[in-house]
Amino acid sequence: MPTQTERTAPLNRGALGVPELRVPHRRSTVVRPRLRAGVFGLAGLALLGLVWELYKTVGPADGVVLGGVTVLPRTTDLAMPHLAVMFERLFEPVTGAASALPLWQAVLAGSLFTLGIAAVGWLVGVTVGLALALLMQRLRLAESAILPWIILSQTVPLIAIAPLVRRWGAQLQFGEFTWESWMSVALIASYLAFFPVSIGALRGLGSPDANHVDLMRCYAVGWWKILWRLRLPASVGYLLPALRLAAVSAVVGSVVAEVSIGLRGGIGRLIVEYAGAAGGDPGKPWAPIFGSILVGLVAAGFVGLIGLFLRRFRRGEVST
Amino acid sequence: MSTSMTNDVPAVRVQGVTRIFAARKGSGVTALDDVSLTVAPGEFVSLIGPSGCGKSTLLRLVADLDVPTSGSIEVFGKPARQARIDQDYGIAFQQAGLLPWRTVAGNIELPLELHGVGKAARRARAAELIALVGLADFASHYPDQLSGGMQQRVAIARSLAESPSLLLMDEPFGALDEMTRERMQNELVRICAETQAAVVFVTHSIPEAVFLSNRVVVMSPRPGRIRSIVSVGLGEMSGRGEDLREDEGFFHALSQVRELLHGDEAGINPTGVRGVETR
Repeated sequence: MPTQTERTAPLNRGALGVPELRVPHRRSTVVRPRLRAGVFGLAGLALLGLVWELYKTVGPADGVVLGGVTVLPRTTDLAMPHLAVMFERLFEPVTGAASALPLWQAVLAGSLFTLGIAAVGWLVGVTVGLALALLMQRLRLAESAILPWIILSQTVPLIAIAPLVRRWGAQLQFGEFTWESWMSVALIASYLAFFPVSIGALRGLGSPDANHVDLMRCYAVGWWKILWRLRLPASVGYLLPALRLAAVSAVVGSVVAEVSIGLRGGIGRLIVEYAGAAGGDPGKPWAPIFGSILVGLVAAGFVGLIGLFLRRFRRGEVST
Repeated sequence: MSTSMTNDVPAVRVQGVTRIFAARKGSGVTALDDVSLTVAPGEFVSLIGPSGCGKSTLLRLVADLDVPTSGSIEVFGKPARQARIDQDYGIAFQQAGLLPWRTVAGNIELPLELHGVGKAARRARAAELIALVGLADFASHYPDQLSGGMQQRVAIARSLAESPSLLLMDEPFGALDEMTRERMQNELVRICAETQAAVVFVTHSIPEAVFLSNRVVVMSPRPGRIRSIVSVGLGEMSGRGEDLREDEGFFHALSQVRELLHGDEAGINPTGVRGVETR
């Protein structure tokens, strides 16, 4: 099972019935690997920065060109600003105007805006994905009818559906309710987010051993009880990576959809806007990119938090 | 599990049961052919035979996990399906099949919880059973912290949770090493003596079948049939202990079952090639 990354120690077989215990030493065996992973992660980041600066120093100003094709970028300050420039730029005002906010504040506001939309999209996507998975698990017919369409749905480019969603949304109006542009963005985010959830949940719901399913049948309990007591707990190991993927997809979907729909206020808009400034202000376009990374990290971290609450259901499988 | 328990109603009555598994081509595989068997209340019956003799299939039919192609199966005078719905039997498989996210106590409580038994009653029953299988110190451990033998004991405790009058066991000790296995057999004998339940026990170990059973049903493969039934007659469950393994009668029954099992090595199969001709 690929998703059970946190398997506990494998079983010791013929133990003569002797109480050979593997009481988990949480402090030492769980925390330390996490810490190490964190250290390695930071080291990787530092290495990336180092490579950037190194190439900028030693690389030719016009980039590496092989047979008329540029294979490595130019190293001018415009094309590859120093890391320090990127960070310094964050603390300068957005524009020359007297009332302008520091760049980091503008980017943070945009990040929060996008995060909110992505969260709505994620929730809708997760709900729809779970519902589809349950339907497919319940009815074999539904699985063969729906699954191909779910996979097909992801081959449609976002850019193609964004204007459609926007146009349809604009025509929606029930009483007080009017469709807002941000809802279109959230809908597109959910369109990306539901996919991993439906596929992951379908696999997870089908993951219990024949053994466990037989046992439930012996207990003569109905589909809902089997779902609640067996299938859902068993699917947690599959569901968590799917939820994380969905969270990241929702963020990417939000950013791209903001651009396609032309919604103001979010990171997507800032990326387009600041890219225009690249000619005279090379540090500026990097700020919203850092912002979108931040949003992605927060989203993934939130799913990690869910995983922490569900860790009981991620214990190693048992076999004799 | 209570009202129908008069002495003349057998725990299990299998009559003329045939089970044919449909194959993609050809005539299918006859897993069981015209099998009849009766198990009395409180009786311990083992099904033994080489792989493919249909012993597990027969057990699954009794448990209503599968339906016979023809013939009838009654459990305590009821159709197998009704007996399953009424929870007339407890079951244990070769794999302990514990839910990894539940503690030992949680796993034993599972059937009670599913059938709406109150929390206090559940706790009490689980504690009782945990003591019965000798895991009192491990009630709040998770399955992955237990050895294979301990997991299997939890599975047996779980099968006893609702005090069934019939236990169905499909090679429950099959995956254990020999030492653990003998210990578990001794314990099962003790548990059976205490609970007075009838047991249908599938195994491929001759000593295990003889040690545990009142009767050993020897089956032959392709098609699955009952070749013979050996009455072991080693006395009451409560009187069986480790010294029984050295007993004269034990060895006698052992060799009897062994001879029956190896009887057709010469390949004399009276009904010829049914079910095997396509391969």
